[in-house]
Amino acid sequence: MLEIRSARLAVVLLAVLCAVPLVVDDFVLSVLALVFLFASVGQAWNLMMGYAGQLSLGHALHFGAGAYAMGLLVNKLAVSAWFGLPVAFATGAVLGALVGALGFRFAVRGVYFALLTIAFAELARILVEHWTFAGGNGGLFLPALTPDNQPLLSLRGGAAFFYYALLATLALIWLACALLVRGRIGYYWRAVREDEDAARAIGVPATRVKVLAAALSAGFTGVCGAWYALIQGSLFPDSVFGMRMSIDLIIAPIIGGLGTLFGPILGAIVIHPLNELAKDIAQEFSISGLKLIVYGALLLMIVLFAPQGVWPPLARWLRIGGRK
Amino acid sequence: MLEFYGNVVVGGLLLGAVYALLATGLTVIFGVMRMVNFAHGEMVVVGMYVGYGVWAFTGASALVAAPIAAVVLFALGYLFQRVLGNRFVEAPQHMQFILYIAIALMITGLHAVFFGPDPRGIQSAVSFEVYQLGFIRFDAVRTQAAVASLLLVGALWAWFRFSLTGMAIEAAAENRVGGQAIGIRIPHLFALTAGLGFACAGAAGALVAPMFDVQPYLGGEFTLVAFIIVIVGGLASVPGALVGGLLIGLAEALAATVVSPSMKSLFSYGLLVLVILLRPQGIFGKVEG
Repeated sequence: MLEIRSARLAVVLLAVLCAVPLVVDDFVLSVLALVFLFASVGQAWNLMMGYAGQLSLGHALHFGAGAYAMGLLVNKLAVSAWFGLPVAFATGAVLGALVGALGFRFAVRGVYFALLTIAFAELARILVEHWTFAGGNGGLFLPALTPDNQPLLSLRGGAAFFYYALLATLALIWLACALLVRGRIGYYWRAVREDEDAARAIGVPATRVKVLAAALSAGFTGVCGAWYALIQGSLFPDSVFGMRMSIDLIIAPIIGGLGTLFGPILGAIVIHPLNELAKDIAQEFSISGLKLIVYGALLLMIVLFAPQGVWPPLARWLRIGGRK
Repeated sequence: MLEFYGNVVVGGLLLGAVYALLATGLTVIFGVMRMVNFAHGEMVVVGMYVGYGVWAFTGASALVAAPIAAVVLFALGYLFQRVLGNRFVEAPQHMQFILYIAIALMITGLHAVFFGPDPRGIQSAVSFEVYQLGFIRFDAVRTQAAVASLLLVGALWAWFRFSLTGMAIEAAAENRVGGQAIGIRIPHLFALTAGLGFACAGAAGALVAPMFDVQPYLGGEFTLVAFIIVIVGGLASVPGALVGGLLIGLAEALAATVVSPSMKSLFSYGLLVLVILLRPQGIFGKVEG
C-alpha cells in the first residue's frame, strides 16, 4: 500500500513538473533546472551515505571529473555531447570504485574514510590546476553556441531545454536509485550501514557491495557534473573540484533526509530558492557570504530539531512510505 | 646551495611549529571527546581577524595579539561546547560533522558580511627584521611565532599531564561513566577542553596573521592542514601533532621551492593518503581496541 502511494506520488510529481514550463518564466525555469541538478547529485551521494553508510566528503572529485570529461570531449575532441554523458558516468564510476576499493580494502572507516575522500578530491583539484591541456587555473571553456544550434544534438540550449533535460536526468537517477535500494543490493547496503561486522557474519560480501555503492554513486555524480559543464559553459578546477563544491553537493540530502528517496529532492527544493533569495539580498546590499550563513543556519536547525531530515516527519504526516 | 636549502628548511620548520599549535588544538578536542572539529580552520581565521584588529587599532605585534585571540577563542569554545557541543558527544559521527560544518559555514559567512571578501595584510617594522646565525637567516616574525607556539604546546601538554584538572580530563576521556561516578564534572571539563582547543587555533591564527593576508575563506585550508598533521602524527597525540606539524611545514616549504609554490599541498595530501592506507593510527598513535 505504502509502496503504491510512493510510486503514485512520484508519477504525480513528474506530471506536474512536466507542465510547469507552461506557466513560469525563463528565470524560474533556470533555477528549477539547478534544483533538479542538485537533487540528482544529492540522490547519488545519498546512495553511498544514506543507504550504504559511507560518508564521502569528496564527491567533488566525481562531479569535477564528469564535468571535465564532458568539457574536454566537447571542447578538444569536438565529439557529440551525447557521447560525453556515458563517458562522464564511466569516469566517475571508475574513480569512485578506485577510491572505494583502496579505502575499503585497507578497512578505512568513519572519519578516516571521509578524510581519504577529501584528500583525493584535493589532489585532483591541484593536478587539474596544473594540467595545461585542460586549461589549468585559467579554466576550460565550451565553444560558443552557434545560431543554428540544435539543443537535441549539442545538449545545450535555453532554460526550457535544460529544465526538461535535468528533469529527465533526475527522473532516471531517481528511478535507478529506487530500484537499487528496493532490490537485494539495497538490503545488503542497509545491513552494512547498520552493522558491518554483523552483515559480514551472515554472509554479506561487505567490501564488494560498498565498492559498488561508491562506484554507482560516483557514476551518477559524474553525469550530473557533465550537465553542470553544459549549463555553465565554463569550468574552473577550484569551482568543480573544491571542498566547497563537496559541501554544496551534500547539503540537500542532509536537509531532506538521509536514506530516503524523496529527501534529496525536497532538500534541493528548499535550499535553492533560499539560495537565490540570499543572492538577491546580497546584491541589494552589496555584501557577500549570506548564502553561507543561510546554509549554516539550516544545517544547525536540522541537527538540532530534525536529525532525520525534513522528509521522514513530512512523509509520516502525508502517510507515504518514507522508508529508510 | 647549502645556504639556500638551509634557509628553506628553517623557514619550513618555523611555520611548522605554528602548524603544530594549530593541530594540537584539534587533537586535544578529539582525544578527549572523540569529536572531529571540522570548524577548526574557521577558528584560526577568527584568530587572524583578532590579530589584524589588534594591529590595526594599537599597532601591537602578534605576540600581544596571540593571548588576546586565545582568550576570545577560549570563551567561544567554552560557550559552544556548553550550549551545543555537549549534546552531540554521543551522537553518530555524521551528525557531529554536520554540526561543525554548520558552525564553519556561519562563521565564514559572518566574516564575509562584516569584513568583506578583500584580503587584509599586516605591515609592520618587524615584518622586515631578520636574525642572522651563520648563513642561516631567521625571519623575525616567523621565529617569534614559532617560539610562542612551541611554548604554548609545551604548556598545554604539561597542564594536561600534571595539573589536577588536566588529569581529571584525561580520566574522563578514558572512562566517561567512571569519571562521572567519582564526581568529575564532565560537561564543564569538556567545555574547558573545547575552549583550550579553540584557543590553540585562535593563538595560531593571530601568530600567522602577519605571514598570510587575512580573508574570510581561508578556513577550509587550515582545517585540512590541521587534519593532515593530526592524521600523520596520530590522532589524539600531542607529541604526534608536534612532529606532524614540523614535518608538514618542512614538506610544504621544500615542495614549494623544489617543485612549485602551487604544488606544495600535493605532497601533504599524498602523505595523508599514504598514512591513512598504510598506518592509519599515525606515527605516534596507538591502535584502538
